[in-house]
Amino acid sequence: MTVTRSIVNEQAWREAVAQLAGGRMTLLGLWGDAPSVHMALLDESTGGIAVLTYECVDGKFPSVGAKHSPAIRLERTIRDLYGLEPAGAEDARSWLDHGVWHGGEKVSYQFLPVEGDGLHQIPVGPVHAGIIEPGHFRFTANGEFTVRLEQRLGYVHKGIESLMVGASLDKAAKLAARTSGDSTVAYSYTFALAVEAALNIEVPARATYLRALVAELERLANHLGDIGAICNDAAFALMHAQTSVLRERCLRAALASFGHRLMMDVIVPGGVAHDIALEGLAAISTLLTELRRRFPRLIELYDNTASLQDRTVSTGVVKPEYVRQFGTGGYVGRASGRAFDARRTPGYAPYGKLTFDVPVRDQGDVDARVWIRIREVEQSLSLIEQIVDALPDGPVAAEVKSAGEPREGLALAEAFRGDVLVWLRLDADGHVARCHLRDASWFQWPLLETAIEGNIVADFPLCNKSFNCSYSGHDL
Amino acid sequence: MRRTLFENLTHGPLTEPPPAPDEAALKELAESVNRAAKARLGRSLSIRQVDAGSCNGCELEIHALSNAFYDLERFGLHFVASPRHADVLLVTGPVTKNMREALERTYNATPGPKWVVAVGACAADGGVFAGSYAVAGAVKDVIPVDLHIPGCPPAPMDLLRGLIALLH
Repeated sequence: MTVTRSIVNEQAWREAVAQLAGGRMTLLGLWGDAPSVHMALLDESTGGIAVLTYECVDGKFPSVGAKHSPAIRLERTIRDLYGLEPAGAEDARSWLDHGVWHGGEKVSYQFLPVEGDGLHQIPVGPVHAGIIEPGHFRFTANGEFTVRLEQRLGYVHKGIESLMVGASLDKAAKLAARTSGDSTVAYSYTFALAVEAALNIEVPARATYLRALVAELERLANHLGDIGAICNDAAFALMHAQTSVLRERCLRAALASFGHRLMMDVIVPGGVAHDIALEGLAAISTLLTELRRRFPRLIELYDNTASLQDRTVSTGVVKPEYVRQFGTGGYVGRASGRAFDARRTPGYAPYGKLTFDVPVRDQGDVDARVWIRIREVEQSLSLIEQIVDALPDGPVAAEVKSAGEPREGLALAEAFRGDVLVWLRLDADGHVARCHLRDASWFQWPLLETAIEGNIVADFPLCNKSFNCSYSGHDL
Repeated sequence: MRRTLFENLTHGPLTEPPPAPDEAALKELAESVNRAAKARLGRSLSIRQVDAGSCNGCELEIHALSNAFYDLERFGLHFVASPRHADVLLVTGPVTKNMREALERTYNATPGPKWVVAVGACAADGGVFAGSYAVAGAVKDVIPVDLHIPGCPPAPMDLLRGLIALLH
């Protein structure tokens, strides 16, 4: 997608911040590129995207977070990674930097003060009880009820954006694919779209369809696995056992079609790394038949189990105004009334040629997030059928040549949990000079803190799983 | 619900036949597993998974071990919620500097005899993240490792082969 980047003065930067704070624009990203800071904005009424650049003076830029809280963690990250100071920001604490990257001592982290009668704190993590990623949750509770949750993340920070600098496109694509393993296809997809935007590459039609096929297979596998896992966190193991089987069948069809269960490194800049295997279409057809037969019965099971609904209905409510303010994507946004889907806006090939609905609910509870995922499974099944029916013949990759001059590209694509933003600058040789990857989780994690308020501590795993934010995608 | 449960009873199981223990894994293990420990553990192992910095791809495949196809528990292998209950630490990811202390503390909280299994390409040598300012290195650079299971990520069958080798 062609996006113009404008270098702006302080007044224009502050005006943009006012637009964000007034709800007229949505923040898509805010990242450092020393000595500058870039901000990506979305106008939801037109679908237009703009990138503004502020060239820092004395290493400082006017704080966005001071007026628009979704930017707070992004600014703390810019300070940690690029040493640029958000002037006027209230929160001076580091975010991803725990003090040990350069041989220093671990810094003691000051959680925000909580005052009141009968409060106690429960520290959880970074190593959790289940098979999940590491992060720290500090609960303040009154009896069983959570009064406040504060997150502390950054434990899996691997320095991905720093490893990207100077990397060949091949190496950078591999790094992008390992930003969040559950969204490996979506990251490869978004990275490739950004490179193609920068280098003006036209991707062959067959490749665009194969890309959508792997993306929808990834969405299916994740939604199926998570619908069961959410029910499992409400002690309803039957659903988990059933959807785990369906998820496994998706991964086996992926293996038969593309040679890798998670379809890692299948999407590359220019197209796809290789065509679908001969037996792939048959494997996918068998998968669709199986899911069409099994899944409706599981929907019925979810809908008719009162003891399960007792846990999911009215639990972990996310307010619609927060979702709008944070520009929260994915099922978290859609379960609270925000109908955004990057496949529609800004949209990318081949989704303009395919028919699909973007399901929306407004209850904002765990139940609504489950229903969004159920409806999205149905949409993905329909999309895969359309893709297989209309799969064009022809080559599966275009040549990727460096432009002989520095180029920039931006892309927004829809992972199973929400929109992924990639912005990059390539140097004259086609190496990556700077690449920023923004996971949907950045605008979902903060809302989990609000969703748990007033819920019992024991419902936290249920709420957390219904968000299923990425730690690795956030920590980078 | 009744129909789903009934169908599970009448249809054949999905569970795959157990894989043969991986030869390379067996060799790597031979030195670290002694007869006494085997007798004490009685062919049952409790596993505590620790993500020390992975992209979460390995976790997805470790999760898959519990589905009906792989059914890890039939081998006496099961996941536990605390390192204090564990015989085995299943560690994924390059060890990030921000996770180094947590991994060391988890290892120290695990009672002996204990084994460490490093899962995936990143756990073996840092993978694509090797050399970053934020990465401490491979798992073996931080705690002693008894077995490596390669792959990005290793498929559940590869994980199963490696873990079964631990029992032999």
